[in-house]
Amino acid sequence: MSEGLVTAAYIGAILLFILTLGGLSNQETARKGNYYGMVGMTLAILATIFGPEVSSNLPIIITTMVIGGAIGLFLAKKVEMTQMPELVAILHSLVGMAAVLVGYVNFMGESSLIGVEKSIHEVEIYIGVLIGAITFSGSVIAFCKLSGKMGGSPLMLPARHWLNLGLLIAVIYFGYDFVHQGHMVDGNPMLPLMIMTGIALIFGIHMVMAIGGADMPVVVSMLNSYSGWAASATGFMLGNDLLIVVGALVGSSGAILSFIMCRAMNRNFISVIAGGFGTDTGGSSSGNGEVVDQGEVIPIDTDEVAALLADAKEVMIIPGYGMAVAQAQHTVNEITKVLRGKKVNVRFGIHPVAGRMPGHMNVLLAEARVPYDVVYEMDEINDDFPDIDVSIIIGANDIVNPSAQTDPNSPIAGMPVMECWKGKTTIVLKRGMATGYAGVQNPLFFLENTRMYFGDAKESLDAVLKEIL
Amino acid sequence: MKIGVPKETYAGEKRVATTPEVIKWLQKLGYSVSVEAGAGSEANFTDAAYSDAGAEVISDTKALWDSADIIFKVRAPDNNEIELLHEGQTLISFLWPAQNEDLLKTLAAKKVNVLAMDSVPRISRAQKMDALSSMANIAGYRAIVEASHNFGRFFTGQITAAGKVPPAKVLVIGAGVAGLAAIGAANSLGAIVRSFDTRPEVKEQVESMGADFLLLEFEEDGSGEGGYAKTMSDEFIAAEMALFAEQAKEVDIIVTTALIPGRPAPKLITADMVKSMKNGSVIVDLAAEQGGNCDLTVPHELTVTDNGITIIGYSDLPSRLPNQSSQLYSTNLRHLITDMTPEKDGEMIIDFEDEAVRGATVIKAGEITWPPPAPKLSAAPAAKPAEAAPIVAEEPKKPSLFQQSLPMLIGAGVLFGLGSVAPDSFMQHFTVFVLACFVGYMVIWNVSASLHTPLMSVTNAVSSIIVIGALVQISSENSLLVGLAAFGILITSINIAGGFAVTKRMLDMFRK
Repeated sequence: MSEGLVTAAYIGAILLFILTLGGLSNQETARKGNYYGMVGMTLAILATIFGPEVSSNLPIIITTMVIGGAIGLFLAKKVEMTQMPELVAILHSLVGMAAVLVGYVNFMGESSLIGVEKSIHEVEIYIGVLIGAITFSGSVIAFCKLSGKMGGSPLMLPARHWLNLGLLIAVIYFGYDFVHQGHMVDGNPMLPLMIMTGIALIFGIHMVMAIGGADMPVVVSMLNSYSGWAASATGFMLGNDLLIVVGALVGSSGAILSFIMCRAMNRNFISVIAGGFGTDTGGSSSGNGEVVDQGEVIPIDTDEVAALLADAKEVMIIPGYGMAVAQAQHTVNEITKVLRGKKVNVRFGIHPVAGRMPGHMNVLLAEARVPYDVVYEMDEINDDFPDIDVSIIIGANDIVNPSAQTDPNSPIAGMPVMECWKGKTTIVLKRGMATGYAGVQNPLFFLENTRMYFGDAKESLDAVLKEIL
Repeated sequence: MKIGVPKETYAGEKRVATTPEVIKWLQKLGYSVSVEAGAGSEANFTDAAYSDAGAEVISDTKALWDSADIIFKVRAPDNNEIELLHEGQTLISFLWPAQNEDLLKTLAAKKVNVLAMDSVPRISRAQKMDALSSMANIAGYRAIVEASHNFGRFFTGQITAAGKVPPAKVLVIGAGVAGLAAIGAANSLGAIVRSFDTRPEVKEQVESMGADFLLLEFEEDGSGEGGYAKTMSDEFIAAEMALFAEQAKEVDIIVTTALIPGRPAPKLITADMVKSMKNGSVIVDLAAEQGGNCDLTVPHELTVTDNGITIIGYSDLPSRLPNQSSQLYSTNLRHLITDMTPEKDGEMIIDFEDEAVRGATVIKAGEITWPPPAPKLSAAPAAKPAEAAPIVAEEPKKPSLFQQSLPMLIGAGVLFGLGSVAPDSFMQHFTVFVLACFVGYMVIWNVSASLHTPLMSVTNAVSSIIVIGALVQISSENSLLVGLAAFGILITSINIAGGFAVTKRMLDMFRK
């Protein structure tokens, strides 16, 4: 295959990838979009394999691709939908590692470049390896946190901002050293590259360690973005436009997702990345000794919940991470089916940061076969709450906290929240009276029209389901 | 300890202080319960039901009073019953200590404990034992039922083959618990409901029950202590009366629930207003027992005026729904006694640290402890500070022209610097990169929020395009490089297959 044909195939692949992302704008076209992606990937790989740059070692390619593909398919088949964030995180780490590998291989391979072109090429290698290494180690830590192999609470090293700054300066210094040594006849540019790789790995670990559980949606989408930039940097390194374009697409996709998640928490990106949310906010209204008497919560038992649901006409279900933990989504769907059969209008309201990654709740509900046309975004349904008879909060806390609107000193002040307290009755499913991730007490629980239904979400809902059948 | 539930002796009183359902709860708290034979018969609770629930049914009134440590009653005791009380006994019932000072003294002389259900403080925590609210709710509902019974028309408007039926218009004065219940009942019968209250903060509650809130063009807040109304200024009352006079000509039903604690009911509906009403209209005066809100109300009676207006002054509306009101009242009692039995061992403790119990206790061991110190918290005004502190939306400072154009200038500077040193081939790739970022930006904003997870997994698969980088290196002469490249191909292949497959799996789950 000639160079021209390969380029033509790459153009085709680029268009297909753009269509893939475009297809995700709604559920009907999303599946088609995914197929475009598969075709584009196949096209790109085949064009490369049969192109001029691959001249030998075809058996190795086939073997590794078959083995890797089999592992990938196995993982995809086996994964539980509640584990999606972990899977996505670990897959990101593979992209990061690949970027590092390609960078090293490219560096060690022969190069005919000289002068400024050589410098630029080395900078490209350096940046590619840097981003790849951060993506790799950060994703591995994110995976450990999300899968519970590591605690979710942020790691607060003293002077961590200075540490980050120091690492950054070191990276810049070794970058200069790397290019400098590369131009010397007896230079050893390998050493600074390896040191930098080590620093980047530490930086990735430290960055994600410092970020707590509920900021994970931002972290996951940020790592998504990095994996794109890593591919893009590799594209520059190889002079390959396909990699540059696709990397840029993925990179901007992840960046926008991070931005959406930050906006949904009313926080700025830098402060999320700097980490440590909820521990260094001294201005919390209830946290500084001035304990406000919130009154008493009103508990409720199973038959009362069932009676409330039976009498309701409009029900809103607001799921949070707790639903994923308790694996309650199937029971939720059963209850939804029964109630809809009784002409109760059951809808779902999803806060953008509910769960541990963007869109997490939607995927869980889809897995439980909840029809997607009853699942709404926060902005779509927040005005409807005054007409809602019963809102059920399943394992969510901060996203339904009214103090975000009423208490300017609250750490979550200004964060958009689901205004469920405007409905007639709110039932909160909760294990106990612990505060949410932000460490803020939730006045919702003490409102007159709120009922607390304590217990494991799945067991509680199973009991309710039995009652309403 | 033993709880005794005597039959109510007051004429026409059909309620009973305990239902079989509540008896089970009392037993869980460690109490034994005896019920006078026939106590619940008027409220459709048979003696058999009580004994099935585990209560002892006693037909001898004296034996019941003698054996019980605690007496649950609805009405305040009459003289015969006071005779039956013995020292150390505890009586829990309605009592109205403010209106019945003599009764209070007589009871104190008997050296008993008395808890008045009407004196339970109106704090959030004590809502579950607030029998006044329970009874007011029933009275409000029943007021509409009585009104419709005496009203010659439908409440709801209808277009029938035989012509058009206009809906009834109902005015509810006073939007407390009873007023709101009346609004709800009238609204669900299909009437047009309006309501007036001196406390502007109830507007939202009124509207939530489906009525229009009538506003006076007047600045005065009628909220008093404990969520009740207070007496208003003369000007206010004049404006208010003008409003009622105007409404009286128009509406078909008037339900008045205006009460100010410890005072005779305010006169709101004058004889003239009644005269101006349409023939066949109905007035239900829920304040009849305290003198009535209407000039012409005869307490405890139903009267019809010369111009055909029915005025209902019944004071026993809760007792007219005996089963319902017994159920709610006994549940209120049950919550109170639960609070007083912290150990669940059947031993009742009158703990003055407990604000609800302190408020309800009017006599402790023969000593009058009424009135209690003012409750610390009230539900209604507590909402105020929260409203008073809305988050002030910070007005974004309008950036100056310089600030607006600064990022662009920086960007231009960077591009210029890059262009002056970088070779042509790099700038070509860079062009592609910048354009691709913009395409990505445009495309991603269209992605629906519910598909964010599939978006991430598919972009993850797509970013494995980095496999190309590994593929072009595989033909190297150096076996170390071949090995590294092969490893790169292996892990990216995992990613490609896994990413696309899991995306497909997820997308297949989304269905209508």
